[in-house]
Amino acid sequence: MTEPLLIARGIRRSFGHVQALRGAHFRVMPAEIVALIGDNGAGKSTLVKILSGADRPDEGEVTLAGQRVRFGSPQEAQEAGIATVYQDLALAPDLPPAENLFLGREIKQPGLLGRLGFLDRKAMRAQAKEQFATLGVHLKSDRVAIDTLSGGQRQSVAIARAAMWAKKIVILDEPTAALGVVQTQRVLDLARRVRDHGISVVLISHNMPQVLEVADRIQVLRLGETVADLRASEASVDDLVRAMTSGRTEEAA
Amino acid sequence: MSGVQSGNGAAAAESPFLRLLASGWIFVLLLGLVAIFAGLRPVQFASVYNLQQLAINAAIFLVLAVGQTYVIAAAGIDLSCGAVLVFSSVVSAQVMLALAGASGTTFGTTDAGWPVILIGTLVAIASGALWGVFNGALIAWAKIPALIVTLGSMGMALGFAQIASGGIDVRAMPEKLVDAVGAGAISGIPTLVVIAAVTAVLFGVILHLTGFGLHVFAVGSNAEAARRSGINIRRNLIAVYAISGALSGLAAVMANARFSTTTINGHTLDNMTAISAVVLGGTSLFGGAGSVFGTVIGVFIPIVLLNGFVILGIPPFWQTVAMGAVLILAVWIDQLKRRLRKSR
Ligand SMILES: Nc1ncnc2c1ncn2[C@@H]1O[C@H](COP(=O)(O)OP(=O)(O)OP(=O)(O)O)[C@@H](O)[C@H]1O
Ligand SMILES: [Mg+2]
Repeated sequence: MTEPLLIARGIRRSFGHVQALRGAHFRVMPAEIVALIGDNGAGKSTLVKILSGADRPDEGEVTLAGQRVRFGSPQEAQEAGIATVYQDLALAPDLPPAENLFLGREIKQPGLLGRLGFLDRKAMRAQAKEQFATLGVHLKSDRVAIDTLSGGQRQSVAIARAAMWAKKIVILDEPTAALGVVQTQRVLDLARRVRDHGISVVLISHNMPQVLEVADRIQVLRLGETVADLRASEASVDDLVRAMTSGRTEEAA
Repeated sequence: MSGVQSGNGAAAAESPFLRLLASGWIFVLLLGLVAIFAGLRPVQFASVYNLQQLAINAAIFLVLAVGQTYVIAAAGIDLSCGAVLVFSSVVSAQVMLALAGASGTTFGTTDAGWPVILIGTLVAIASGALWGVFNGALIAWAKIPALIVTLGSMGMALGFAQIASGGIDVRAMPEKLVDAVGAGAISGIPTLVVIAAVTAVLFGVILHLTGFGLHVFAVGSNAEAARRSGINIRRNLIAVYAISGALSGLAAVMANARFSTTTINGHTLDNMTAISAVVLGGTSLFGGAGSVFGTVIGVFIPIVLLNGFVILGIPPFWQTVAMGAVLILAVWIDQLKRRLRKSR
C-alpha cells in the first residue's frame, strides 16, 4: 500500500456564522487524479484554498509527504509543490504564453546583464515550447497575447504553468465549467498527461460523468464534511449524487 | 498558420491587421500631417530650422510621455506630470539661485557653475520622484484610484509651486545651463534632443528587456495574476509612479534651460499632451500593452499639429481643440482593437 502524498485531517473553517468546513478530511495519493465533488457551498473551494496556501484553517492539520505543513501564502505552497489553477486562471491576458509561464520566475541573461535584470526571452520561449510539447498543448503561435487564444487553450496554458512549478500536486477548480465539448476533452487529456508525468491532480467538478471518466478516486464533501471516498471504477453517477445529497454511499434499505 | 484548432481562424487572420492598427495608423497620421503642412508651406515647414524647432519642442514632452508610458502600461494614469514639472522647476531654480548667492536676483542669468547646476538637476529629479512615490504609495497602499490621486497631487504640486514662488516665475537661471543645455548642441544635435533621445532609449530598454519592465506590463494586464505569481505589485506600482515623477523632474530642468525661466502657467495641458502621445503611440489605456517606441511617434502628433497651425496662421487655440479630439479618437481605436481581439 503506497503512502498518501497529502493528508488533511479534521479541517475546520468558519466565516462568521457560516461553517464552510466542519472537520473535513482529504487525501491525495501519488500520481493520481482525485476528484473533489459536492453541491454548491459544500466547501470545495474553501478546502482547496487551504491546501494551496490561499487561506488558513481554524483547526486541523495538513501533512505533505509525511511532513506537517502550514502554508502562509500561495507562494509557500508552490515552493512545497502545490499549485492551484483557479477559474479566473490568473494569467496576464496581454502577455504571450511564455511570459505567462515564467511570470514571477523569469529567466535572466547570464552574467552582468542578468544581474541588471535583463530577460533571456529566447530561453524562456524554448523552455515554454518544451513544456507545451511534453504536455501536448498546441498553440497556434507563441508570440500572441493570451487573450487571443480560445478558452480551452488559456486553460491549458494555466495548467501547464501550474505543472511547471508545482512538482507534486496541481489543483484544478472547475477547469471545464466554461468550455465546449472538444475543449473540455482536451483539458481532461491534459490532466491525464500531467498525472502521467507523476504529478497528482485534484479536480473539482460538478460534471459527474466527467468525474467518473477521468478520475481515479472521488471524494465527496457535503456541508463541510467528507462523506465518501470512492474508487471511480466502482462508483456510478447515482452513488455520487446520493453521497452529495444525503451523505450516504449505500442505498437506503 | 491556419487556425485549425477550435475555430481560431478569424483571430489568426486578424492579427497582422490588428498589429497594423496598433502602431500603423498613427504613423500614417503623422506622415499625413507632415505631408499636408510641407505641401502647403514647403519653405517654412520643411526648413532645417523649423524641423529642429519641432524636435526641441518634442523633447520635453517626450521625457514626460516616456514616464507616462510606464504608468499607462501599468493600467494607471498620471495627471500630475505637468504640475510636478512646475513644482520641480521652481524648487530647482530656487535652490540654484540660493547656491549661486544671488537670491535677490529676479531676472537675467546667474554665473552659477556646473556643481550648482548638477545639484539643481538632482533636486529637480528627486523632488519629482518624491511626488511619484507619494502618488504610487496612495494608489498601491491606500487603493485610491490613480485618477483621483494624481488629480489631487496635480493641484497640490501646482499650489506648492505657487506658494514657494509667490506665483511669480523665477527668472534667474544659471547662464551655463541655458547656453549649454537650453540652446546648446552636441555635435550638431540640440542638447535637449540628445537628453530626450537618451532617456527614451534607456527607459525603452528597461521597459521592454528587463524583468521589471515585464512586471509593469503584467501588473497592468492583470494585477491579481501578477500578485499570485509572487510579484510585489505595490513596489512595482510605486516604482512606476516614481519613474514618471523623476522624469517630470528631468523635464523641469530641460524647461528651465530652454526658457531661461520657470514657466508656472505654461504646463496646464502637459498631462493631456503626454497621455495623448502615449495612447496615440499604441499603449493601451487599459494597461498591459504598449511601447516607448510608439510613444516617440505619438509625441510628434501634437507637436507637428501646433507647429503646422502656427505656420498656417491658424490660431494656436485650435491645436488644443484638435488634440482633445485626437485623444478621444486614440482611445476609441484602442477600445476597438481590444474588442476585435476578443471577438472570436
Ligand atoms: N470568504 C468567505 N466569506 C464568507 N463566506 C464564505 C467565504 N468563502 C466561502 N464562504 C462560504 O462557505 C461556504 C462554502 O463555500 P465554497 O466556496 O467552499 O463552496 P464550493 O463547494 O466551492 O461551492 P461551489 O460549488 O458553488 O463553488 C459557502 O456557504 C460560502 O458562502
Ligand atoms: Mg467553488
